[in-house]
Amino acid sequence: MALPVHKWTMVIDLDKCTGCGACVVACHAENNVPVQTEREITRLRAMHWIRIERYWMGAYPDVQARFLPVQCQQCGNAPCEPVCPVYATNHSPTENLNLQTYNRCVGTRYCQNNDPYKVRFFNFFDPAFEDSFTNQLNPDVTVRTAGVMEKCTFCVQRIRRAEEDALAQGAALKDGDVIPACVQTCPPGALAFGDLNDPNSQVAALLKEQDQRTFRLLENLGTDPAIYYLKGGPSHA
Amino acid sequence: MPEENASRPSPTERGLPYWEQPLPEDKELAAQESEAREDNLLLDVRSPADINRYMMDPMRRQSTRFWVLSVILAGGVFMWLTAWVYQMINGLGVTGLGRPVMWAVYIVNFVYFIGIGHAGTFISAALRVLKFEWRRPISRAAEIVTVFALSMAAVYPLIHLGRVWKFYWLLPYPNERQLWPSYHSPLVWDLTAILTYFSCSILFAYVSLIPDIAMMRDHTTGRWQAFYRIFALGWRGSEKEWANHETTQNVFSYGIIPVMFSVHTIVSWDFAMALQPGWHSTVFGPYFVVGALFSGSGAVIIALILLRSTMNLKYFLRSEHFNGMAMFMLILSLTWDYFYFNDYLAPWFGGAPVDRTLNILFERGAYAPFWYTMIICNTLVPALTLWSKKIRTNLTALFLVALLVNIGMYLERVIIVPLTLARNELPFSWGVYTLQAPETMITIGTFCFLFLAYIIFTRVFPIIPLWEVHEGQALHSLRKVGRYLLHLKSAE
Repeated sequence: MALPVHKWTMVIDLDKCTGCGACVVACHAENNVPVQTEREITRLRAMHWIRIERYWMGAYPDVQARFLPVQCQQCGNAPCEPVCPVYATNHSPTENLNLQTYNRCVGTRYCQNNDPYKVRFFNFFDPAFEDSFTNQLNPDVTVRTAGVMEKCTFCVQRIRRAEEDALAQGAALKDGDVIPACVQTCPPGALAFGDLNDPNSQVAALLKEQDQRTFRLLENLGTDPAIYYLKGGPSHA
Repeated sequence: MPEENASRPSPTERGLPYWEQPLPEDKELAAQESEAREDNLLLDVRSPADINRYMMDPMRRQSTRFWVLSVILAGGVFMWLTAWVYQMINGLGVTGLGRPVMWAVYIVNFVYFIGIGHAGTFISAALRVLKFEWRRPISRAAEIVTVFALSMAAVYPLIHLGRVWKFYWLLPYPNERQLWPSYHSPLVWDLTAILTYFSCSILFAYVSLIPDIAMMRDHTTGRWQAFYRIFALGWRGSEKEWANHETTQNVFSYGIIPVMFSVHTIVSWDFAMALQPGWHSTVFGPYFVVGALFSGSGAVIIALILLRSTMNLKYFLRSEHFNGMAMFMLILSLTWDYFYFNDYLAPWFGGAPVDRTLNILFERGAYAPFWYTMIICNTLVPALTLWSKKIRTNLTALFLVALLVNIGMYLERVIIVPLTLARNELPFSWGVYTLQAPETMITIGTFCFLFLAYIIFTRVFPIIPLWEVHEGQALHSLRKVGRYLLHLKSAE
């Protein structure tokens, strides 16, 4: 197998995350993720490519809220990939991305069952956008129809755009050229994104200096996620 | 040919056909022999013409009840198709599926129908290979359960697809983009296995039907005769044809048994290959095969009891057959218990947090009603009843037991699919599935289709393999050894 040219990686510092949800909103806007109604959300159809999981620690009155932003972990060894019968979800070995081909998906939903993070979202109905939303849909991203699965792509359209720009300028991709919408938006700067193959990138530096705090979600399953979390200390939220 | 009888000249020696064998003159022997005839269909010899009539009479006379039932069932089938179209137009959102529970009642039905599709082949193929003679009159009733149950099982993955109009992308067909299905996916193994099993079962059932279709052709006139003539494939009953028929049946019987085992193993791999807690288990393969045979034997018993009472087949279907099937079901129940114990013990002993969550839900949580009903229906009910021959041969009791076994096995699939899927490693993504109206309508409708197709089939084709009964009666005889009557089967 070809060695990855890029190893796109995200580092999420849980000490900095305030659980504000700006990344969720940015992702909806960037990736044309449909906004579900309250009724649909109570029926387990909430669609947020990135979500803030809130867990409570301790017993009253000494309770702490812990926030965990969870999105597709872009696993190096993804459980969702081999189970797709039509190759709608497959791996990019050169970029370490989990790609989702919307118009190849037939909707067996096996990938979601086999996904331990539950970060894949099924379009139960055709997406409905209100007029004001229709006018601001991102032209770089397909609007998915009913019956297909979708998930976080690490803003693959931004990666492509940055690659094309670099090619046009005849320069190599620099660290910071590619910034996914959630990373761009995060007010406290808890999210960092970059190429782990580049030893000088921000993510490589973060992982090096913070390696005492590093963990990956459900790492014991052997999925080799590309998202690293930096453990948070006590919070008083 | 019947063997020579020591106490009297053989019927053939006296120039009599085998069905005109008189009772012995000795009164005691005669009483013994008539008792044996009453117990055993293959000794209760009648002429082929009579036997054909016993079968064809109920096929020709349809009661009002039959028509009323057919119309109701056809209404059910219409309801299924309407609900399916509604779901296709609106999207899968009309079901109760949600984020952790992406598979639910459609997959439950799929596994259930494949399950009851197993016993048919097992009874006719395995019991044939093992030379169980009591399978003769019941083999076709079981095969036809297989054929129709499998056709419904083949429809469910389509009903469950998000974009059913693209279903052919799952098939390996040549196309200009050189796109092929991914053989990494258990779903493609599944599709391959089911299509193989489905086509084998249809052919197997059809091969055994040919001599009986030819008989129907010879006993009908007009349009019906033309219909049977097509399907009889010019069968004349020559010695060579019978020899070929025998060979074909043997080849199919031996060939279809490994296919049958592989199919439900592969269905279990749909679950066992996944990382989902509660699914990722190595015991699933044999456990599913046994579960399939268990619910399937129950379904065949239900079909046989209904056939016997509605089509007046008391001559063909006797206590011996129900006794045999019930013993078969009891053995399968014990085997199922063994595998379920294995499947339960390992996660319980391991005690991983998510497994413990599931076990607590089963034992004393929201899932307890399902779990205890399943255990009672699958373990206690067969174990407490089927040891008694009185219950095994009492059709009402046996019907109830078989029905409870099927309810228990259906619940087992409910527990495996939507209930287990609702829990996973990250508690943030837990959720509860609720059944919605379109799913209920589709489920009921497919059961209606199964019944409708079955009752129509029984009116068009003989549901008892008459040639097997003739053959068995010609081969079996009683022979006197001292004061004892010995049941003999002559070499074929």
